[in-house]
Amino acid sequence: MAIDKATAGQADSLNGAQVKPDRVVDARGSFCPGPLMELIKTIKAQPVGTVVELWSSDRGSSKDVPEWIKKAGHDLLYVLEEGDHWRIGVRKAR
Amino acid sequence: MSKVNRVLILGGGPGGTMVANHLARRLRGRIEAGALEVIQLTASPWHTYQPGFLFMAFGEAPLSRFQREQASLLVPGVKLVVDPAEQIDAKGSRVITQNGAIYAYDYLVIATGSYPDPTRVPGMAEGAHGFYTAEDAVRLRDALRRFEGGRIVLTVDVPHKCPVAPLEMVFTLDRYFRSLGRRDGVEVVYTYPIGRLHSLPPVSEWAAAEFERRGIVAETFFNVQRLDPESRKVFSLEGSEYDYDLLISVAPHRGARVISDSGLGDEQGFVATDRYTLQAAGYDNIYVVGDATNLPVSKAGSTAHYEAEVAAENIAAALEGQPPSHRYDGKVFCFIEAGGEEGSYIEFSYTRPPRPARASPMLHQFKLAYNELYWLSARGLL
Ligand SMILES: Cc1cc2nc3c(=O)[nH]c(=O)nc-3n(C[C@H](O)[C@H](O)[C@H](O)COP(=O)(O)OP(=O)(O)OC[C@H]3O[C@@H](n4cnc5c(N)ncnc54)[C@H](O)[C@@H]3O)c2cc1C
Repeated sequence: MAIDKATAGQADSLNGAQVKPDRVVDARGSFCPGPLMELIKTIKAQPVGTVVELWSSDRGSSKDVPEWIKKAGHDLLYVLEEGDHWRIGVRKAR
Repeated sequence: MSKVNRVLILGGGPGGTMVANHLARRLRGRIEAGALEVIQLTASPWHTYQPGFLFMAFGEAPLSRFQREQASLLVPGVKLVVDPAEQIDAKGSRVITQNGAIYAYDYLVIATGSYPDPTRVPGMAEGAHGFYTAEDAVRLRDALRRFEGGRIVLTVDVPHKCPVAPLEMVFTLDRYFRSLGRRDGVEVVYTYPIGRLHSLPPVSEWAAAEFERRGIVAETFFNVQRLDPESRKVFSLEGSEYDYDLLISVAPHRGARVISDSGLGDEQGFVATDRYTLQAAGYDNIYVVGDATNLPVSKAGSTAHYEAEVAAENIAAALEGQPPSHRYDGKVFCFIEAGGEEGSYIEFSYTRPPRPARASPMLHQFKLAYNELYWLSARGLL
């Protein structure tokens, strides 16, 4: 398990193993609508405080997902690279 | 006498219709011998080709142009019942309808689609126009006819069906007002939930160049939080806002009410579905196709089409006592109108990234022709 260096600095907690997600969104293999859209859909339907983990096989997600999380004011918890996909943890903050 | 098997199909859109026709063709012998019943339950005697709504919104064709009688689309052997499902008793393998009929089944296919629900966003039901239902398209047509000028903002919520329709909407708005000689008095603003103009990067790049050429304004990372119909303002959850004179929104979608009412859906009423087998999670005898699934693939007619073939083949195999023979690989095919007289298409799957075809007038003509060919495709002839 490796930490994506480009985004590691933005994450509050980098140890994904310590946070247990309430929900996993498996968006591996999703090109359209795409992993970020799947994440937005799920986050909107959850109460504040929920931890969602996104699985994405799209390299771009390790950049554009954290960017949206920041813009939308949620907390990026971790970005982990795992074989052929990324696991991105986020806590709904508002 | 041996037992008669029954396959029950919920929904009369492309997904349900293609499963029904595929099964009835494949298993004609069993149906004729009285060993199998294929029953389709649907909410309406009409079959609607939804891509037609875009043309309706611009007054180019009436609804009748995009509707056929469902009965006329089914091959012999499929029994059609217009009586919507009210409750799916998945544990008891039976469905109860609005009229109170009870249908036990050996295999169930859920193809009940998705619908836009503007009531999920404060102000949207009162303040916004849409083009994802026939009624909304007619209302928008009238509003566009009366529109005297100003700013038109398009917003897109997730999840939604037909990922290219919002782009097609703004390009058609541009062309509509140009053809009326009034484009100068109209500002067209396109917004999108993620950090580019479309979820597929090649489509996004192409759209960016077209926006530039046509003077369409765009804002990305825009997820609608609420609307104020009084002051005509729309606010995003990322913190930006727009004044508008006319707002067109693609509202957040939900799965059919019967799914939530039966406790089979997620928060938005979509059924948890195995991405390869298309079986509903926890139920080997329930298959899900089309917009009703929770899969991370486009909610599009072509998706429903490819999924229907897999579900029908696997149900046929099961009825013959065989293991599942087909697997859905996430395939989607979408035409993209490239504006004016050119068209393109894009094809991808879970493992093959999209690569758009070079835009050409021929592909544009093919897309127009497909509006007619669709009816053959629904019958399973194409
Ligand atoms: C404006 C617009 C443009 C589009 N453009 C394209 C395009 O260019 N290309 C493309 O591929 N896709 C396009 N689509 C998307 C496409 O129309 C849908 O993805 C497709 O119709 C999904 O098929 P479906 O069979 O899953 O659901 P639907 O077609 O929505 O059918 C659902 C069926 O279930 C029935 N039903 C609902 N509830 C019940 C119940 N309780 N019991 C029984 N029956 C029930 C309904 O009556 C209906 O017959 C477009 C959609 C829109 C709105």
